[in-house]
Amino acid sequence: MDLQSAWSVAAKDFKIFRKKINVIRASIAFPLIFAVLFPTILNYSIHKETSAVAVTVAPTLMDSFSIWFLFVAATIPTAIASYSLVGEKLQKSLEPLLATPMTDGDILLGKSISGLLIPVASIYIGSAIFMALMDHFTQGVLGYLYYPNWHIGIILLVVPLASLMSVEVNIIISARMTDARSAQQLGTLLALPFVGLFLASELKIYPFTNTNLLILAGVLALIDLAFFFVSKATFQREEILTRWK
Amino acid sequence: MRTTIDLENLTKTFGDFTAVDSVSLHVDEGEVFGFLGPNGAGKTTTVRMLACLISKTSGRATVGGYEVGNNSDQPKIRGMIGFLPENVGLYEELSAYDNLDFYGRYYKLTLQKRREQIEYFLKMLGLWDKRDDAAGTFSKGMKQKLALARALIHDPKVLFLDEPTANLDPEASKTVRDFILELKKEKRTIFLNTHLLDEAERICDRVAILKTKLIATGSPRDLRHSLSTRRVRVQLELVDDAIVEAVKTLGYQIEEKDSDSLVVVVGNPEKENPDLLKEIQAAGGRVQFVTEVGSSLEDVYLKLVKESE
Repeated sequence: MDLQSAWSVAAKDFKIFRKKINVIRASIAFPLIFAVLFPTILNYSIHKETSAVAVTVAPTLMDSFSIWFLFVAATIPTAIASYSLVGEKLQKSLEPLLATPMTDGDILLGKSISGLLIPVASIYIGSAIFMALMDHFTQGVLGYLYYPNWHIGIILLVVPLASLMSVEVNIIISARMTDARSAQQLGTLLALPFVGLFLASELKIYPFTNTNLLILAGVLALIDLAFFFVSKATFQREEILTRWK
Repeated sequence: MRTTIDLENLTKTFGDFTAVDSVSLHVDEGEVFGFLGPNGAGKTTTVRMLACLISKTSGRATVGGYEVGNNSDQPKIRGMIGFLPENVGLYEELSAYDNLDFYGRYYKLTLQKRREQIEYFLKMLGLWDKRDDAAGTFSKGMKQKLALARALIHDPKVLFLDEPTANLDPEASKTVRDFILELKKEKRTIFLNTHLLDEAERICDRVAILKTKLIATGSPRDLRHSLSTRRVRVQLELVDDAIVEAVKTLGYQIEEKDSDSLVVVVGNPEKENPDLLKEIQAAGGRVQFVTEVGSSLEDVYLKLVKESE
């Protein structure tokens, strides 16, 4: 695989996204909404409690809220990734692209980068705002700055892995779809396993401790690798030109 | 002359369906080669195989000396060819300039080279003033020209053009045809898929007629002459029975007759016309001029395609 070629594909997608702002709107909006909404809720909640309760509740709430960035990571790349491939399919722009010396791997890597970069960047920006606001609201109660800490550090490590999985699943789904919206809807189902994990965490079946998050990161890395090969197998020139409808 | 494209029994099947059946032909360097055939004849499939977009089922093909189907040769073939698909597939949201710029990047051209090439082709095709407009706002003809520029951005030696003037209005078709003729002057090898026989006749050095199998190959002129009857129109002051009788007596068949002209079937006009005219004049005919009634490539094409059914 050639990174320069892959980056050219991604750069082209970024330029198109700039013209089609509705495609990336959700990717930018959700992390920013959560970044402001959760600290506001927390601020409201802890000021209703006594300071002793607030000291206990605040860290728990902050850890729970930060997990939402994982759901966002697994779902928001679907809009971009599904548009990126289905859009090429609809514009019939894949045939001339496939006639260039780029390999299937270069094109797929480019599509993965373009599907990944905006959501991950907006999640990182959102989480920075989230941490700053949380610290601002809780420093007085806790007497120290809660963020940054290892917990959110590991979550932010898992974010690109979850997003990459979402992108790869969307590439596989898009190969069978002609409509970006249908591909997107199917892709959002990917959030379900993460909702399951969240419930498991809340029920203390699989609490999101640092160790468990690192295990999750390892599992996601393996899934990403497996999905990359599956998406590569799905993305065959001959299939695309003769069977993709 | 060096052979640039060489096909030997090239075959492609999709399951039980044979799209291209044992096609053998060669295209020389600098030649414009027309690939004619009705819809579904296998033209696009052949070009896709040659552009390494789809695999061949059997047979052998080389482009620029590189083997089609050989994994290490495929990127080299893709790097040396320019490809214009039937559906131009432009990035509609991007400007004309950006469409070409990204393809320049895909072929790893330097920034300077990309700028030069884009300016050269957009100016040549009359699109320079529209360089910042989104491709989606272009007319069909402009899109086709832009897609042609895209196929040429890396200065390929070999061009595969799949129906480059299909669905264009006459003016846009002419612009594209003229541009192909300009490319011909630059000695590029051009493999042109078309079902427009007039276009093939005007542009191509040689043509092949395909209907899953190869039916005929040759220059448009040779095909016309070898596969159709040659006829001459003799324009006279007046056609009378004596003249008609004189022509028939010589053993010629009169295909059309009106008050001042005759269309006569003549096997070899260069050799036989002098005797024919002498006989007409002897019968009292006053010849004004004589012209060959051209059998068009279309006549030949229709005859061959019908025979193959």
